[in-house]
Amino acid sequence: MASVEFQNVTKSFGEFTAVSGVSFDIGDGEFVCLLGPSGCGKTTSLRMIAGLETPTSGQIRIGGEEVTQLHPKDRNIAMVFQDYALYPHMNLADNIAYPLKVRGEAVAGRHARAREVADVLKIGHLLDRLPSQISGGQQQRTSLARALVYPAKVYLFDEPLSNLDAKLRLEARGFLNHLQRDMGMTAVYVTHDQAEAMALATRIAVMDQGRIVQYASPIEIYRRPATTFVANFVGNPPMNLVEVEGVQGEGRLQLKAEGLAIAGLPMSDAIGKALAAGSRLTLGVRPEHLAIAAPGAENTITAPLFANENMGPESLVTIDRGDSARVTARIFTDDHLDLGETVTLGFSAEHVHLFDGAGQRIPATGE
Amino acid sequence: MKLTLPAFVGRIAFSALAALIGAVFALPLIWFLFAPFNARAELGLAIPDPWTLSNFATVFGNSYAVQALWNSLIQAVGGVILVGAAATLAAYALSRSSIPGKGAVTYVLLLFSSVVSGSAAMVPIFLIVSAAGLIDTHLAVILTFAGGLLPTAMFILRDFIDSIPKSYEESAMVAGASPVQAFFDVALPVIRPGIVVVVVWGFVNIWGSFLIPFILLRSDRNMPASVAIYSFYSEAGTPIVTLLAAYSLIYSLPVIALYLFVSWKFGFRFFGGIKA
Amino acid sequence: MTSEPLQSPPRRKVRNFALLSSRAGAAFLTPAGLLVSVFVLLPFFWVIFVSFTNRTLLGRTALNPEFVGLANYLALFDPATFFQRGQFGFSLILTTQFVLASALIGQALLGLLLAWLIQTVPPWVKRLTETFVIAAWILPEVVIGFAWFAFLDRDQGTLNMILTSLGLPRGDFLLQQPFWVIVAFNTWRGAAFSMMLFNSAFSSIPPSYFQAADVAGASSWQKFRDIGLPLIRGHIVTDLILITMWTFNTFTPFLLTNGGPSYRTELVSIYNYRVAFQDFQFGKGAAVGVIMMLINLAFALVYLGIGRKRKAPRT
Repeated sequence: MASVEFQNVTKSFGEFTAVSGVSFDIGDGEFVCLLGPSGCGKTTSLRMIAGLETPTSGQIRIGGEEVTQLHPKDRNIAMVFQDYALYPHMNLADNIAYPLKVRGEAVAGRHARAREVADVLKIGHLLDRLPSQISGGQQQRTSLARALVYPAKVYLFDEPLSNLDAKLRLEARGFLNHLQRDMGMTAVYVTHDQAEAMALATRIAVMDQGRIVQYASPIEIYRRPATTFVANFVGNPPMNLVEVEGVQGEGRLQLKAEGLAIAGLPMSDAIGKALAAGSRLTLGVRPEHLAIAAPGAENTITAPLFANENMGPESLVTIDRGDSARVTARIFTDDHLDLGETVTLGFSAEHVHLFDGAGQRIPATGE
Repeated sequence: MKLTLPAFVGRIAFSALAALIGAVFALPLIWFLFAPFNARAELGLAIPDPWTLSNFATVFGNSYAVQALWNSLIQAVGGVILVGAAATLAAYALSRSSIPGKGAVTYVLLLFSSVVSGSAAMVPIFLIVSAAGLIDTHLAVILTFAGGLLPTAMFILRDFIDSIPKSYEESAMVAGASPVQAFFDVALPVIRPGIVVVVVWGFVNIWGSFLIPFILLRSDRNMPASVAIYSFYSEAGTPIVTLLAAYSLIYSLPVIALYLFVSWKFGFRFFGGIKA
Repeated sequence: MTSEPLQSPPRRKVRNFALLSSRAGAAFLTPAGLLVSVFVLLPFFWVIFVSFTNRTLLGRTALNPEFVGLANYLALFDPATFFQRGQFGFSLILTTQFVLASALIGQALLGLLLAWLIQTVPPWVKRLTETFVIAAWILPEVVIGFAWFAFLDRDQGTLNMILTSLGLPRGDFLLQQPFWVIVAFNTWRGAAFSMMLFNSAFSSIPPSYFQAADVAGASSWQKFRDIGLPLIRGHIVTDLILITMWTFNTFTPFLLTNGGPSYRTELVSIYNYRVAFQDFQFGKGAAVGVIMMLINLAFALVYLGIGRKRKAPRT
């Protein structure tokens, strides 16, 4: 296994810059997810590790060795493609064994090895079939088998689960998790699904418009999102973001917004700096940290009910503050609520996130 | 679907009209159903009595006729091998490589190939072949056809290759294959159906063509069947109808067979070379 | 794991990765490039050059053709002889009429009619009709030339047989109505293409459009005029340009009439052949070729222009 290093890598396609001055390190044995919306540069970054795109500038290292202008075949990597890339004219055995064929191994040897890997992935009984004769989930595992059949320094995954239906996706995800930890493989995994990233990664690189916005462990990203973009991207439903006016009063930070009642927060240098730049701040509270409260409670948001979605184990209660500024709470309740009825949602101060006028996180005291 | 009476009548009228037109189209060809099997065939329509295969025996006994069929085969097979190979390589390059201006190249080629038709270019093609000392050779015909058919063949194949996911070759290269290995192991087998279409289309074109061999060839021993048939019925004196009828049928068989093959395999959307 | 990591000897530098490097791409393009250059591009330029000379196949000017400027073109367009039978002007006008009658009217209309008819007839009728129409198109040109030769024969031909059985007089059509013979011939030969193109165009119209019209009580003619025709307008234009180009360049009528009798069916392509290969005047033949190519170029540019416009997003 090997580490991966990006040093100030930029990739432009004519006028369009897909990846802009990105630098990060992936340690040996880490599982790193590149997470972000379409067009953020995550797939381009992955393909540059593979060698399928050449950086416009910057360097890439694998295992300490510079590979920036090396042909993919010389990089000793493995990759699982989003469309699986199974060769339609070869049966599964030949498909899986192909990398070994390219390395000059004899037929018997490579088919034996293919069978080994296929058995682990529970497709050993399908080796005679053609890709068109097996299900989507089996195709996905075949694609994975082909990546595992030879020793690689780094394993790359380009949204490998996005073509599977929900149930299969969960199964496959759990399996990948187990596999990576078991093998200790260095893995780079591209996805737009934040749940996948949270479940699989040791570290997540959240990307937007060609740049890394935050690169940290899943818990860190969940608990301390670096920007409103990250806060909104990770978490389902996403974090509620409320625009507030901040002003220093009575030695504490007073926040004002429609329907918001919140006790003053302790001041800090960081808050002072943010206020100096402007009084508009953003307050963030995750839906799972809201509960139905009495109107007089200490920290509340009050607004008419917009929707109450009873999902079974929980309900998603959404209130509408006007101008489509809605706040959603994840509540465990069977309470009946009427549309338009005024609902008060309460939260505690420790679950409050603050972002400055530019959307950057204002660290809480003690961070 | 229940039809009202006027609609029903309309349906019948349409069917009758369509069938009538079909029958009219069939008229000039009906003669070919009977004459080849009629030992006393003449230009008129007559039911053979008895049905016989003796005309075909006469054809195979005529060395000039048989040689002409061979020549057609040589020229057509040679032509499609050349077109198939060159067009596949070129189309692959146009689809997969990063040469600047590839889009323009395809359109310019297509433009030129429709402008420089056989009829318009017969003089310069004759002069070029003559200057190369290739008049009256199979090679001249093969090369000329290859050049003429290539632009369309490249266009068809490039479209076809574009629709093959690049992830096939990419995954092969990531797995350790060189571009050449990836081409032969992974890309070529998937391109094969497109090549089949191009080869069939090219074969039918060359096999049936008259003008190019007519102007580039001189001696009888090189003439393909198309020119042979023409000389059979256009030369002075009465044509030997029995021979001509059977020979024409034999000559048409490969084309009919290939057409049936293509429409069985693909449905004849490809035959016009047009994508709607 | 027994296999070892890759260690291929020459680890080439890749400036900008593509599935096929520019160098390999150029190599792949070379065979086709050469062939097309010699047999498509070169003739285009050489014919222009030769048209300015008085080159012939035999005699002094075969070995030493002289530059004669526009003499060949002036001869072709000489007002004194322009309209004479057997001259270029006559041939050009004849070809124009031929294209109008057999392609624009004949093939296109017939193809349109057939395509519309077979939308609604039972499958066996459709297959029967299609078989014969397409057979006319795919059979080798020499075979159908001969088939029509037999069909039109004055004494025994099938057509005259049918006419006499209907009580109508015989005719020597190749002699008496040569132009209309080749018009009918070319219409018959090429209608299949238009039929198939329009058929596929009609098939791509969602059936619900026609069903809605049925419910509203529309007749077949009304459905055709108000739904079918407008929705395939683009295809009609494409079809017209293609068949115009092909018909303009077709040489096949030569197999039936040899350009005669007395040059009455001498299309430009046949005129070109006679001047170059029977009169051996390559310079003049080249001039004819250049004119043909210019006309083709005009059509091709219009066709490509329309193709580009249709690819652009519709407003």
